[in-house]
Amino acid sequence: MSRQSSKKRGGASAKGNGRAAANGAASDSGRLLRWYRDMLLIRRFEERAGQMYGMGLIGGFCHLYIGQEAVVVGIQACLGERDSVITGYRDHGHMLAAGMEARGVMAELTGREGGYSRGKGGSMHMFSREKNFFGGHGIVAAQVPLGVGLGFSHRYKGEDGVSVVYFGDGAANQGQVYESLNLAALWELPVLFVIENNKYGMGTSVSRAAAGSGLHARGGGFGIPGRLVDGMDVRAVYEAAGEAVAEVRGGRPAILEMETYRYRGHSMSDPAKYRTREEVNQMRRDRDPIERLRHVLESEGHADADALKAIDGEIREIVADAAQFAEQSPEPDPSELYTDVLLEA
Amino acid sequence: MPVAVTMPALSPTMTEGTLAKWLVAEGDRVSPGDVIAEIETDKATMEVEAVEEGIVAGLAVPEGAEGIEVNSTILWLRGEGESADAVPVVEAPPPVADPPPPAPAQPRREASKPQPASEIDYRGETVEITVREALRDAMAEEMRRDESVFVMGEEVAEYEGAYKVTQGLLAEFGPRRVRDTPITEHGFAGLGVGAAFGGLRPVVEFMTFNFAMQAIDQIVNSAAKTLYMSGGQMGCPIVFRGPNGAAARVAAQHSQCYASWYAHIPGLVVVSPFSAADAKGLLKTAIRDPNPVIFLENEILYGRRGAVPTDPDHTVPIGRAKVLRSGRDVTVVAFSRMCAVALEAADALAGEGIDAEVIDLRTLRPLDRETIAASIRKTNRIVSVEEGWPVAGIGSEIAAIAMEDAFDWLDAPVARVTGEDVPMPYAANLEALALPDAARIAAAARAVCYA
Ligand SMILES: Cc1ncc(C[n+]2csc(CCOP(=O)(O)OP(=O)(O)O)c2C)c(N)n1
Ligand SMILES: [Mg+2]
Repeated sequence: MSRQSSKKRGGASAKGNGRAAANGAASDSGRLLRWYRDMLLIRRFEERAGQMYGMGLIGGFCHLYIGQEAVVVGIQACLGERDSVITGYRDHGHMLAAGMEARGVMAELTGREGGYSRGKGGSMHMFSREKNFFGGHGIVAAQVPLGVGLGFSHRYKGEDGVSVVYFGDGAANQGQVYESLNLAALWELPVLFVIENNKYGMGTSVSRAAAGSGLHARGGGFGIPGRLVDGMDVRAVYEAAGEAVAEVRGGRPAILEMETYRYRGHSMSDPAKYRTREEVNQMRRDRDPIERLRHVLESEGHADADALKAIDGEIREIVADAAQFAEQSPEPDPSELYTDVLLEA
Repeated sequence: MPVAVTMPALSPTMTEGTLAKWLVAEGDRVSPGDVIAEIETDKATMEVEAVEEGIVAGLAVPEGAEGIEVNSTILWLRGEGESADAVPVVEAPPPVADPPPPAPAQPRREASKPQPASEIDYRGETVEITVREALRDAMAEEMRRDESVFVMGEEVAEYEGAYKVTQGLLAEFGPRRVRDTPITEHGFAGLGVGAAFGGLRPVVEFMTFNFAMQAIDQIVNSAAKTLYMSGGQMGCPIVFRGPNGAAARVAAQHSQCYASWYAHIPGLVVVSPFSAADAKGLLKTAIRDPNPVIFLENEILYGRRGAVPTDPDHTVPIGRAKVLRSGRDVTVVAFSRMCAVALEAADALAGEGIDAEVIDLRTLRPLDRETIAASIRKTNRIVSVEEGWPVAGIGSEIAAIAMEDAFDWLDAPVARVTGEDVPMPYAANLEALALPDAARIAAAARAVCYA
């Protein structure tokens, strides 16, 4: 069943059957295998991060992306080097998908010199100018106007880059999101707003927090088209993002609401009393993005068991290497306490 | 070799827990994500998931076991085809890693920029203009010089500024670089910070700083901290400017000094000029600065005239106070409009034989400690003046600096003249009572001189 749906809004044309398009556009074996690999890397990386948290190697807040991998992998596949990306604190997957090194991300989680922020940012705050990844922000929804500003800078400089802004269903209720939608539409900025609706903001379900007829429709008053997408199906994400990115690059913002699910707690200390084990298990059993793609790969003959096993092995090695690096990298020198507060004029 | 699954830390504070329930038994096959046990922590009952694939080779602790230390083995997993015998029967829990010793205490250091070379006395051409015009000229010159500089805010373009500070900018630079925003402080402040991350140099005007409270999260959490949190990657060259402090008869919500709010924040530079020349020279420096600068103007000063350098290359360094009036008996430090009031008080004191030195702080972060301390070493007495409230104000910091840097030279306790500790009243007489005036400054100066 295709959970793809599209909304006609603000003059946007309703698109046809997402599944058919996905099959047509994304059937290339190499690409499917790459997505499988990228999703698996995030999954295994996050599992390892959770384990290292349990060992006391990672401290503080650590928000895992397990279950949501298809969203970031499908969207990243539609972006180029000139595009910029910004997100909140559940950011490890976005960084890996943007091509940042597993070593540097893991070493930031352990607060070490080898981390992307040299140990001064932690799980929620990493950046890579080289990869146009702009963080990593801990205040719910603060990344939304920042991302609009990145879109503004693309437009101001006359580049055709787009700015992709990820935020959660909880963040979607912040006032600054609507200030951002208004500014992006008013100034015709190339911004793609991706709402990762994983059904909960901490312990509050969307139905207890959000009025109205769906988060994707919330740009309606600003003339921003929105689509609801099966965020557990990487091909559906890719197809929807491909169309949206093209529209946005043409000079108008768009919203994609990704229906997704996080398997783990909100952060590491979440007793998960707000949902049942059965709900989680059902999602894992029926909708898991990696298992779904694995099934496609095998049943459509894109890869055999050996090829998939080889990918598994490669990923395990990357993650083990990152974990080892993150444990061995030294803590930042005490002299780092006072660096990076201001730049020299 | 079987692998040990250890007691996880399930919260930042957990050191031990109770194994409330086993959900797997020997011989069970587990894959990543399967719940293997329930654990009671200091906070809640939590489920533990397997992270590795394998077959349960043995449980290392019984159900119900209490006080199991984090990182001790709770279960053994073996691979496919591995013998179950290899499981160690008794195994000391792996040592819990000692937390590394805390870093040695660092001497308190000001995270400040290196002191710039002292301001060169400008000998070039000057023109007599208002502070308002000086600010506009600064923006126009910097926009001519650098294509990445743009101005945005409410009413800055077509209306030419709520206080007419951006007069003429739209005509010269067009709507791409001079942008009217909707009334959306939180949104456009964040947009500006994002644009700065994206390589531009925004000058964001707040109609007044009272309204910047809607945006203060973006200023503090996004603009000021991101450089640090990114290990130095993410500079944020942005200027937030607009009128600050008490205006006239606009009551409490439109009359407040935010100097100490922003001066509190590492990662910000805070400037508040008094003279027209400094308004221009400092705004130019602020626009060129690679850091976020809070530029606090004053509505009542906008119409004040002064001689202003015309050379577009002339700038005024950030981080340097300026001695406005040299004196021997008492130091009076002030900033923005209070400099005028302090000078007025100094004139009155001169008639009584008290020779006051008046210093314009100009930059509130980083404060020019050296100029302040040098003056105290000369006069041995100091009075701090500000419009803002006394508690945790700029004067509190001046008092601390006086003690830290010049304690042995002080002949009297530091005196503070501040706005009264009340919301600003509307009634003309009450408003006057709420703000420092020359008489109060003179009285404080006499008191520290024991005169
Ligand atoms: C302004 C603000 N308020 C509250 C928090 C605490 N907080 C962190 S994450 C979160 C839930 C956000 O949920 P959602 O946007 O759905 O993202 P998800 O965690 O599901 O990815 C809350 C309340 C915060 N970081 N910032
Ligand atoms: Mg959520």
